[in-house]
Amino acid sequence: MDLKFSNAEASAEERDAVDRLLGAGDGGWHGGERDEQDHRRAHTGHAARSRRHFVMEALHAVNDRVGWISPGALNYVGKRLSVAPADVYSVATFYALFSTHPRPKRIVHVCTDIACMARGSKAVCADLEKRLGPASADNGWKHSPCLGVCERAPAAMAVEAGDPPHEHLIGPATVDAIALALEDGPAALAAEAPPAMAVPQAGQDGLMLLKRVGRVDPDSIDDYLATDGYAGLRRAFEMQPGQVISEVKDSRLMGRGGAAFPAGIKWESTAKQPATPRYLVCNADESEPGTFKDRAILEGDPFALIESMTIAGYAIGAERGFIYLRGEYPRAHRMLHNAIDTARERGFLGNDIQGSGFSFELEIRRGAGAYICGEETAIFNSIEGYRGEPRSKPPFPFEAGLFGKPTVVNNVETLCNVPLIMRMGGAQYARIGTEGSTGPKLFCVSGNLVRPGVYEVPFGATLGDVLTLAGGVPQGRKLQAVLLGGAAGGFVRADELNIPLTFEGARANNTTLGSGVVLAFDDTVELPAILLRIARFFRDESCGQCVPCRVGTVRQEEALLRIAHNRRDTAAKGRDIGLLRDVGLVMKDSSICGLGQAAWNAVESAIDRLGVLEKSP
Amino acid sequence: MNAPYPVTPVQQVTIKIDGEDVSVPEGSTILTACNAAGKDTPTLCYGDTLTPKNACRVCMVELKGSRVLVPSCSRKVSPGMEVMTDTERVRHSRRLVLELLGSSVDLSTTPRIPEWMQRYDADPDRYGERSGESLTRDIHEPGEHHAGNGYVAATMSQPDKIDNDLYVRDYSKCILCYKCVDACGTQWQNSFAIQIAGRGFDSQISTEYAAELPDSACVFCGNCVEVCPTGALSFKSEYDMRAAGTWDESQQTETTTVCTYCGVGCNLNLHVQDNKIVKVTSPHDHSIGHGNLCIKGRFGFVHVHSRSKEGSDS
Ligand code: SF4
Ligand code: SF4
Ligand code: FES
Repeated sequence: MDLKFSNAEASAEERDAVDRLLGAGDGGWHGGERDEQDHRRAHTGHAARSRRHFVMEALHAVNDRVGWISPGALNYVGKRLSVAPADVYSVATFYALFSTHPRPKRIVHVCTDIACMARGSKAVCADLEKRLGPASADNGWKHSPCLGVCERAPAAMAVEAGDPPHEHLIGPATVDAIALALEDGPAALAAEAPPAMAVPQAGQDGLMLLKRVGRVDPDSIDDYLATDGYAGLRRAFEMQPGQVISEVKDSRLMGRGGAAFPAGIKWESTAKQPATPRYLVCNADESEPGTFKDRAILEGDPFALIESMTIAGYAIGAERGFIYLRGEYPRAHRMLHNAIDTARERGFLGNDIQGSGFSFELEIRRGAGAYICGEETAIFNSIEGYRGEPRSKPPFPFEAGLFGKPTVVNNVETLCNVPLIMRMGGAQYARIGTEGSTGPKLFCVSGNLVRPGVYEVPFGATLGDVLTLAGGVPQGRKLQAVLLGGAAGGFVRADELNIPLTFEGARANNTTLGSGVVLAFDDTVELPAILLRIARFFRDESCGQCVPCRVGTVRQEEALLRIAHNRRDTAAKGRDIGLLRDVGLVMKDSSICGLGQAAWNAVESAIDRLGVLEKSP
Repeated sequence: MNAPYPVTPVQQVTIKIDGEDVSVPEGSTILTACNAAGKDTPTLCYGDTLTPKNACRVCMVELKGSRVLVPSCSRKVSPGMEVMTDTERVRHSRRLVLELLGSSVDLSTTPRIPEWMQRYDADPDRYGERSGESLTRDIHEPGEHHAGNGYVAATMSQPDKIDNDLYVRDYSKCILCYKCVDACGTQWQNSFAIQIAGRGFDSQISTEYAAELPDSACVFCGNCVEVCPTGALSFKSEYDMRAAGTWDESQQTETTTVCTYCGVGCNLNLHVQDNKIVKVTSPHDHSIGHGNLCIKGRFGFVHVHSRSKEGSDS
């Protein structure tokens, strides 16, 4: 391939950042000695091209080191990986955490999403505006979509580019902490709350998915081994891969990421494909507003995911797995890294695991601020080093997924049920929960509640049960509404607490569990403002590929803004609600992926179920 | 000689379109079947020489058993499919896609738009007054935008990009169909000069850091201009004539000839107005170039006009 680059050169620092990831380059193009042959074109051949999947990590390396991606650095990444500069630019400009123009090394991303709105993010932002000026990279702070720290809302993430870079989640965020992070760097902040803080039940008996959180040292494989760790993998190795799949099918485990697809069927159809290699992808790009359960597992029990993925890899015949982790989870990243390295050292990853003859490798790829990358095909594009645009289906991932090969994509929570299934057997596991929804389930309970956090209950608990576990709304307040399933989910009324939080129960009540979000709003919250934030979220997170979503999300936000600015004109409001329905229907019917198809769900349910816009004065 | 290739006869697949049986070769798309059945289906991002990107969603049809509508331009037929092309849902979807595009993009040079707008009763004006030119569309801040008060409908409107003598990029007219990107990339030209930059509504076709074309990897083959469905990309000659008000397709003739620059044998369609070549296209069904040309065949026609100038012997 014959690529053309501009004359912009990377600085020594930028080159070093990339070289540490990719190794030193071998020619003038690659940071080595220049010779006569090195003109303005790169002839990098197939070997480099097949490394395109390092694009995201290479951009991270530069962005995390100097704070932005300069033309020279972009050229260098392109040359090293044999990707055209326009292509690298198209990737770099897709992700919110990357910047293609200069910006300060220290930035604080302040969450303004719905869970934080319910808990005072507006006041924090107002104070920040007074102290630092309006939100902008140049002023050191930016608004952010949900950071996945809803239990400690309002949340913020402080980052500092450098060697090493620093990243720090702040929750609850205060203006003083944010100012300190900007003045003295995130390292000056008090340590992050321990992972168990996200799990109010931590340490209780009877937990299955969360049993180690807060009880073991998440960095210690010995702790893990001492608490049934790797018993599931041992059990799996006693079986043929096909039997492992049978057990998972018997368990009737359904995907926990939102789509609720039977995991066993997914594994089986992938394992049956003749094409090899097959891949396993763990979707840890938890970005649905109000979702933070995967973070609790990753920070509190990271080895559980490694074991689960090893079992899944064994079952489907994959030798390589990728964990796609959202870019806003720095601590989870550190812990996963440690867990993978330790597992490899101790023979639980790599060649011939525990003498079983099965070999399996795991790699982490970090997202960089794009909700859409949680879509099961967008995740492939992002891992492969492309823009995180969903692919059209068919073909489905089990036929042609990552690198065009048969692939299983599972969410973190889904995978972490697998060792349980191995240990107890599929049939026994299926006894937990209800007929249509088996097993334990994690709920991300946040908003105006006394004890927000991740809660584990067996399937079958009602919405009211879960709210009670979290202590209900604070004294003196009244529950106004609950959002189930996140921004892509739907609202239910305060008098609907009997809804069983099962897949079938949600369906029967015309709502959804989605990713397990239970976000409670009390009577102090202005729901029209929440709807606007949801509309803004989808407008910002649409990948832009298809017209219904790219333009529809814009028109949806505009109509809601008009309604908010012009509450008294009922005729105009009626027209705008009609317009919202028209736009909502085309998004639902004709968008390429689930983002666009669900972008109107919450607004629709707020209008039809809560009567929010009709009522608002 | 080796044994002859086993000849697999192409199977015919029969599907129902609006209740009537239609047979098309296996591997065809629903769009092909719709065409065979005489159903006039609007398309924008579909290109006869490109892999369907199914991004515009104007060609959607209802497929029995499918929760959502499906893009006819890319979905392959399978036996027994039942497709509906004119249900309330389909009409709604097409109307809304046309409205959403019409309210955000300048479709004045996109063929057939008025006809479709009328057929589907689309009213792009109901989204409010359109926003004026933005000067910041090439600065990308994915994940954030300035929302305003909702009374102005956001658009693609922006200054035209005139940075060379051969073709102009007027992205106010761009529907982000990806055809130019695909033509410039692996599907045809392999120059990789342009890509989509940014995200969502703020996406733009762009070179790296919006560099001007002469500084980019562009080789000026004009194959992007050839596939652009909206006139966002146009010959500088066409652009100038439109600006002067002299562009008149009814006064143009098209002559197909073979390019004389080299021996490959690409076909050229010369569009001539007032005895002057005003643009050059290439037949998409031609087995050599499939509509693609190089800079010489596409733009190297200026010398023809110097024929009768002073100093020549004609
Ligand atoms: S629905 Fe939205 S996010 Fe999904 S492909 Fe279309 S534009 Fe992208
Ligand atoms: S410039 Fe033309 S071909 Fe390219 S995306 Fe826009 S409309 Fe499509
Ligand atoms: S023509 Fe089919 S989606 Fe655009």
